Order: sequence, then structure tokens, then C-alpha cells
Amino acid sequence: MKFTFKGGIHPYEGKELTMDKEVKEYLPKGDMVYPLSQHIGAPAEPVVKKGDRVLVGQLIAKAGGFVSANIHSSVSGTVKAIEMRLTSSGSKMNSIVIENDNLYEAVEFKANDKPLEELTKEEILDAIKEAGVVGMGGAGFPTHVKLSPKEPDKIDTIIVNASECEPYLTSDYRRIMDEADKVIGGLKIVLKLFPGAKGIIGIENNKPKAIKLLKEKLAGDDDIVVNSLKTKYPEGAERQLIFANTGRYINSKMLPADAGCIVHNVDTVYAIYEAVREGRPLIDRLVTVSGDAVEEPCNILTKMGTNYAELIEAAGGFKETPEKIIAGGPMMGKALYTTDIPATKSSSAILCMTKDEVSEYEEGPCIRCGRCVSVCPGGVMPNTLATLVEKNQFDEFVKLNGMECCECGCCSYICPAKRHLTQTIAGARKLVLASRKK
Amino acid sequence: MDIMSIVIAAAVVSVVGIFAGILLGVASEKFKVDVDEKEIAIREILPGNNCGGCGYPGCDGLACAIAKGEASPSGCPVGGEEVAKKIAEIVGGEASTVKMVAHVKCAGDCNKAKDAYDYVGPKNCKIAANAPGGGPKACSYGCMGYGSCQAVCQFGAISIVDGIAVIDKDKCKSCGMCVAECPRHIIEMVPYDAGAIVECNSKDFGKDVKAVCQSGCIGCGICAKNCPQNAITVDNYLAKVDYDKCTGCGTCKEKCPVKIIK
Repeated sequence: MKFTFKGGIHPYEGKELTMDKEVKEYLPKGDMVYPLSQHIGAPAEPVVKKGDRVLVGQLIAKAGGFVSANIHSSVSGTVKAIEMRLTSSGSKMNSIVIENDNLYEAVEFKANDKPLEELTKEEILDAIKEAGVVGMGGAGFPTHVKLSPKEPDKIDTIIVNASECEPYLTSDYRRIMDEADKVIGGLKIVLKLFPGAKGIIGIENNKPKAIKLLKEKLAGDDDIVVNSLKTKYPEGAERQLIFANTGRYINSKMLPADAGCIVHNVDTVYAIYEAVREGRPLIDRLVTVSGDAVEEPCNILTKMGTNYAELIEAAGGFKETPEKIIAGGPMMGKALYTTDIPATKSSSAILCMTKDEVSEYEEGPCIRCGRCVSVCPGGVMPNTLATLVEKNQFDEFVKLNGMECCECGCCSYICPAKRHLTQTIAGARKLVLASRKK
Repeated sequence: MDIMSIVIAAAVVSVVGIFAGILLGVASEKFKVDVDEKEIAIREILPGNNCGGCGYPGCDGLACAIAKGEASPSGCPVGGEEVAKKIAEIVGGEASTVKMVAHVKCAGDCNKAKDAYDYVGPKNCKIAANAPGGGPKACSYGCMGYGSCQAVCQFGAISIVDGIAVIDKDKCKSCGMCVAECPRHIIEMVPYDAGAIVECNSKDFGKDVKAVCQSGCIGCGICAKNCPQNAITVDNYLAKVDYDKCTGCGTCKEKCPVKIIK
């Protein structure tokens, strides 16, 4: 069986810059900023006030609803303010600012050494909820919500998304190479919640070392299989990953649970392991700092809330003046206009490029070559959709399944006329979603 | 030819004709649709351009809405005061005599307001509003100047000057299309001869406004304090004029330290 999907592209990978380098541990020195909305759903509610002293791992904001997540301090220090601060989305968000005293005094984490068989479902879900674990692939969907589907009996596949199809990003790969046992342990905990389910670790075949390592570790295990996926972007997009691994198709109106699947990022299952086994809240994460403008591209294990400028400094600073800085991968990440923003639960990478390949070319008219249609993994017609948006025909846009776009960016990448297809369609999708909410 | 065949043919046609005539007569009486006399009268007064500027499907749609009382007699933006008066006579309502025009509440053109970054993408305000920070302009309340309002204006009243939209109030027919189109809700309807217009939409704190724009309301409240009619209120660091009270005396224009009341 060939693990792949229809469409997609294969851009320059750029993973060799950071792939085999050791992870740097970095303890931040400056002020820490914790936006209250680092996840999908209701913002968290602060439980500390200005002047309070907090310790590493202490709860500073509690979930503001069911679909929400706790936030913990990742340093020890004093709460400086609760104010509006700029985040990687480019807009200001209510955030807790903590003055770091560099002592790193921590609260005690309650380890749980019970054998896997004795762990109860409630125990696992409570630990995950308490630790504030959210999907760390980028969207930040609260994990305890994902693990409580409406019909738990229908879930038969748990997929760990280790494909890491975005160019330059290698943090998931480093996680597997360094902490494979914990990643597998995390997956086993999730499988414990769904007794009938099978585990799949989906990983692109451009990471043979990781595949070999995982296969060795899982030799003799019948519940978990390692699938070597075809190296193609966006192999790691949820819908494409489910299709490649199980042959099931879901559309924008469905959840993975409707196809009997739950998909978790590598970092998320690692965080689940830490939350359940070690009682550690989600306070640190791996961030890839890469790109040709960075002195020493590498993966940095850092605390949540660290300033991006500090992280770039930790990677040796700039080699050249960057023309473009991106939060996240080059395909789906967001361009930044300042580095004065904090790392959050879903910050996977900071990329600093010496060349801005988007503004370099002028947008031209569509030459109707159809390349965007052939690469679109969602099976829509980006050229037609973008034209409809330009004409303000949003009804027609919805009729032609514009909402099926997953904003992966393949169409913009391949377009010889350099049209801003993804940007236009993504903008229209937001407008349509906003008008539906009204 | 036999004369009889002509007679028979004529007779058959006459019988069929009489029968069909009776049928149609009965049907027209039985299935008749009541048409509002007013609606027809209103339709005749309306200009008949079918421009859609009123927000209804053509002049027929507006006539129907006015007759039913759903739209105001001055609903036609093209006809203006004259048409409104005639319609008001028919429906008995009162035509609003104040001519309203659309106005862009931003004077932060490219010389006065800063951009946070270079924007590369579709030149459409609605799409640009999804860019980081709600658009490239450092002020998240100001006009981005990509001309989405210009594109929807049926009357050519809007032009983009130095990076912001400017509305020619003589060409404006107050249809409200631009008001609905602007993603930042900068455009508002003001009286044609308004005495004082606040040319800013920023609800930021004064210091933050100053940092990004030389032409922004800092919410100092001097205008509100000095207005003899108490027509100005300051909410969220932004002055707002109540045109029912404003007499156009011009005191606020003189007192405004940043000169953004025009």
C-alpha cells in the first residue's frame, strides 16, 4: 500500500540545516509573556494578580470553559502586569506578563508510576486537562476535548502525526530521535482511552533514521504500526494524513472522529506522557530556529512565553539582515513584522530568510494552466475561487466548495503567474465563516 | 370551393373564441391579483434606473417596500429630495429633509499615518484585513486605501487620494453601499452640511494614536468641554458629534489641539 494522497507539492526541504544538530536548552532571561488565548476556544481566565509571586509550573490562568486550556508559569518570578501584548497573529491579546527572577524555583510535580493497566480514563483525562495540553501542531485545539469524542466506541485509529511536511521544521524529528520512548509512551496512554483502537505513527520517508528507530522500539508490538509516508507537502495536513493512512476521506464539515480517527502531533503525545506520568504541565516546547539569515540554525528547547528575539539570539543571532521572518513553517506560517512577541504552546518555528520570495515577483494574470488545480489536495479550483473572491461573489465561492480549502499554500507555490491564491481564498473563508456566525 | 366549408370554419372559430373569452373572463375575475394603487403611483415617480443603490431589487422592489411601509419615502438615493417629497405625499409620511452623505472618518493618509510593514497581496480591504494585525496600517482603525468602497460605489463618488478613500459629497447619493462594504467600519453617514466632522476612527489611547498617526483623535475631551450645545461626547478616546444638537458654530474646530475636527 502506498501511503499518500492526490495532489501536493515537493518544495525544497531545508531540513538538513537543523536535522542532525543537538537540541539546545535555553533558559530565558527577560520578561515572560503568556497570552490568555494560546488555544482554540474560550480564553483562559487569570488566577493571579499584579505583584503575585509565581513558581515554575504554577497555574496562572485557568480554562475559561470546556473548550479552553489551563496556562502555567514556566519561570519563577513576579506578575508584572496583565495587559494587551502583541502575539504572533499580529494583533494584541490580553496577556499575563511575568518578571523572571532567573531562580527557576518549581512547584512539586506529582509523578504517577502506576502501571498502564491500572490507569483509569478519568485519571488520564484529568491529568491532561490539568496540564493544559493543546494540539501543538499549530491549531492549538485543547487535547482533553479531542480525547472526549461524542461516540468513543467509533474511534478505531489513533494517528500520531510525525510527517512534519513543512520545509525547515525538524522539532518533531528531534523529539522522536531524543525521546522516542516518551512519544510511544504517550501514544500508549491515548490507546488506553480507546481500548478497541489501533495506533499509527505516520512519518515521511525522508526521515529514515527516525522510522528505523521507531520500528526497532515497536518490534513485537501489535497495537502500533509505523507507516512510512511518501515525502510530499501537505502530507501532515489532518485530512490528507487520515486519507494516506486509512483511505478514509473527510471534508471540512466533518471531524476526524467522524472517520473513526484521532490525530495528534508528536509533541502533543509527548506532552500527554509528561502530563500523565510526571505531572508536568505544558510549559516548554521545542522550537526550530532556522533559515539562511540565522548564524547557527538549531532546535531550541525553551520555556513558553520566551521572547522571539531572545530565541533568535540563542541561535547565534542574525548572520545577515533578514528580509522576512516567519512564525511557523514557510508554507503555512505567518510573516512577522516584529520579533517582540512571545513563544506560545503552538509556536513550532521561527524562520529568518534573507530573501522574500513572495514580494520579489509582481502578481500577473491567470494563464489558465491549471497547475493549481492539479496540486490542490482539497480538490478545489483555486484559480476560479480566487477570481470569484476578487469579484465579491461569495455565494458562488461557497457553491464551488471554497470552504474545502485547507490553506496549505500549494496553489500559491506552484502558480507561474505568482497570484496570491491562498491568501485570497483564506481571506474569503474567514469572511464567510464570520458572516455565518452573525 | 363550397360556401358551406367557409361557414363551418367561421362558426367553429367563433364558438371557440366565445368559449375562450368566457373562460379568460372568469379566470381574470377569479385569480386576480390585488395591486396596490400606491405602489404603481410610487413606481411612476421613481427614476427607473434600477441601480440597486437603495438596497432593493430595482425600482419595483423599492416601490413595493415603500407602499408596504418597510422603506422610508426618502429611500431612493438617486431621486433625492424632490422624489422623496412626491412619494411622501402619496404615502402620507414625512420625507426627511436633511441630505445625508457618506464620509470616511480617517485623515491618516500616507504622509501622516505609518505602516507597520510592507503588504504583498490582493488589493482588497476585506482580504487585507486578515493580514497580521488586521492590515498593514499601524493604526488598526484607519483607512487602508485598497479601494473596496470605491469598487462598490455606483456613482463614482469615491476616489483614493494619498492612500485613503475620499468621498465627493456632491456625487454621493447616500445609498450606503460603501458603509456596508468597509471591513473597518470607517465610513458613516453625516448631514451634507455638517458643521463638524471628526476625521478619526481610532479608539486607542492617545499616546498609542500619536505613535502611529499625526492626524488622530487623542480623546483629550477639549471639544466636548467647550461645545456650547453639548453635542460632542468622548467614548473610548474618540470624539463623536451628535448632529441633532450641533449648530456648526465651529468652537470645536478651533479648540481641537490636533485639528482633526473639520
